[in-house]
Amino acid sequence: MSERNVELEILRYDPDTDVAPHFQTYQVPCQEDWVVLDAVNYVKDELDRSLSYRWSCHMAVCGSCGMMIDGEPRLSCKTFMRDLSDKIRIEPLANFPIERDLVVVMDDFMDKLASVKPYLVAAEKRSVEDGSYLQSPAQLKKFKQYTLCINCTLCYAACPQYAHNEGFAGPAALALAHRYNLDSRDVGRAARQDVVASNEGIWECSFVGACSDVCPEHVDPAGAIQQTKIASTLDYFKDLITPGRDK
Amino acid sequence: MARSHKPIVWSLFAAGGTFAAFITPVMIFISGLALALGVLPAEALAYERMVTLLDNPIGKGVAFLVVFLPAWHAAHRLRITAHDFGIRADGLVMAVCYGLASVATVLTVFALFRL
Amino acid sequence: MSRRPFVRTVSTTTWWLAQPRYIRYMAREVSCILIGAYSGLVVVGLLRLSQGAAAWTGFTDALQTPLSVGFHLLALAFALYHTTTWFNVTPKAMPLQFGEFQVPGSIIIAAHYAGWLIVSALFLFLSGV
Repeated sequence: MSERNVELEILRYDPDTDVAPHFQTYQVPCQEDWVVLDAVNYVKDELDRSLSYRWSCHMAVCGSCGMMIDGEPRLSCKTFMRDLSDKIRIEPLANFPIERDLVVVMDDFMDKLASVKPYLVAAEKRSVEDGSYLQSPAQLKKFKQYTLCINCTLCYAACPQYAHNEGFAGPAALALAHRYNLDSRDVGRAARQDVVASNEGIWECSFVGACSDVCPEHVDPAGAIQQTKIASTLDYFKDLITPGRDK
Repeated sequence: MARSHKPIVWSLFAAGGTFAAFITPVMIFISGLALALGVLPAEALAYERMVTLLDNPIGKGVAFLVVFLPAWHAAHRLRITAHDFGIRADGLVMAVCYGLASVATVLTVFALFRL
Repeated sequence: MSRRPFVRTVSTTTWWLAQPRYIRYMAREVSCILIGAYSGLVVVGLLRLSQGAAAWTGFTDALQTPLSVGFHLLALAFALYHTTTWFNVTPKAMPLQFGEFQVPGSIIIAAHYAGWLIVSALFLFLSGV
């Protein structure tokens, strides 16, 4: 297998000693079949032990290794070196505060996820004796796509509305709300609306669509948000005509 | 967080966007290019013919929609675009955008009434 | 070891220049200016029509000037961009599912273009082309 010398320009930041982030360059001999994560691992193993970054599965299911690669939010384990040039710029995911090196502060995202009540809100309390829910393949198909989110937050890094308004709930959180709203077992749509249908929910979105572009799992959060806009608009007018209706 | 009132303008935006997507290109062609290109005979836009065309409720209704829907679509989109260009004075932007659309609406009703 | 997270700022005015997809988005958004301007032109036309034959003829004469034709060409380009971008996202905003069968987006989009052609032909026919 042939090797190629690639120059990695990585944004470093040490909160103890640095005033601001700065780039540091590393020369990495890359194998043909490497992904960016392999190259970053090489840097840490062989060149600079101090480099900090998140990664885990190395197979695009855990969502840990998101970073900006040549200005585009990507999973480093899913980005092949052979598709990139000999000089690669690597930065932490955009629109999040930098904790250290390539590690970003995810707290805001975690809060946003929790705020949309991402769990089944059942009509009545069920016990084990009640048996399982029955759900047809057609009912499953309605929301299956939106279950595929791996919480990698590439969509937040791509979204210009999130870049300029940290209060925005964001693509993944709203797609997750949509996942539960569409689930036939769930009756929590009304309970989620206070967050989802607020000015910082779906209405901050202007359908740039970058989120769906960068999503590694093809969840299509942009589509989820537009569908929610239509449903919320119909709800709004239904509520105007018949206030206090049973939702 | 309270539920937003955006659905009011957004429904106009969505209806206007759909209407504009289907109707606006051919309207632009008819009013601005067909005549100049000679594809449309001059009599097609003659005064008498136009007045007759708009002398009934359907004609007036269509003419109203041709202005009203795309205008409110454009107004809301312009408000968002202003924000995208960094203008943060949303109150002022709203007043200008929706104000222009309101003026267009009123003038259209006025003109159709006079016809 | 202390935590001192660093917040990067993004320009609120030039952010869209950073990527082609953002530039395409702004082009789509800016199409509304031309569509809005065209609506204004229609308002002026209706007002002129209501003012009588002389005013209307003045309007249709102005429609044939190079400036007017130039504006209409620009407006048409942006209107068509609005049409294509609007049709392209319709399947995402309104997915169609019958039982387990989800209608492919391409079919929904094709149906929109078909409808657009029919409506355009109808308008052209009614106008006397």
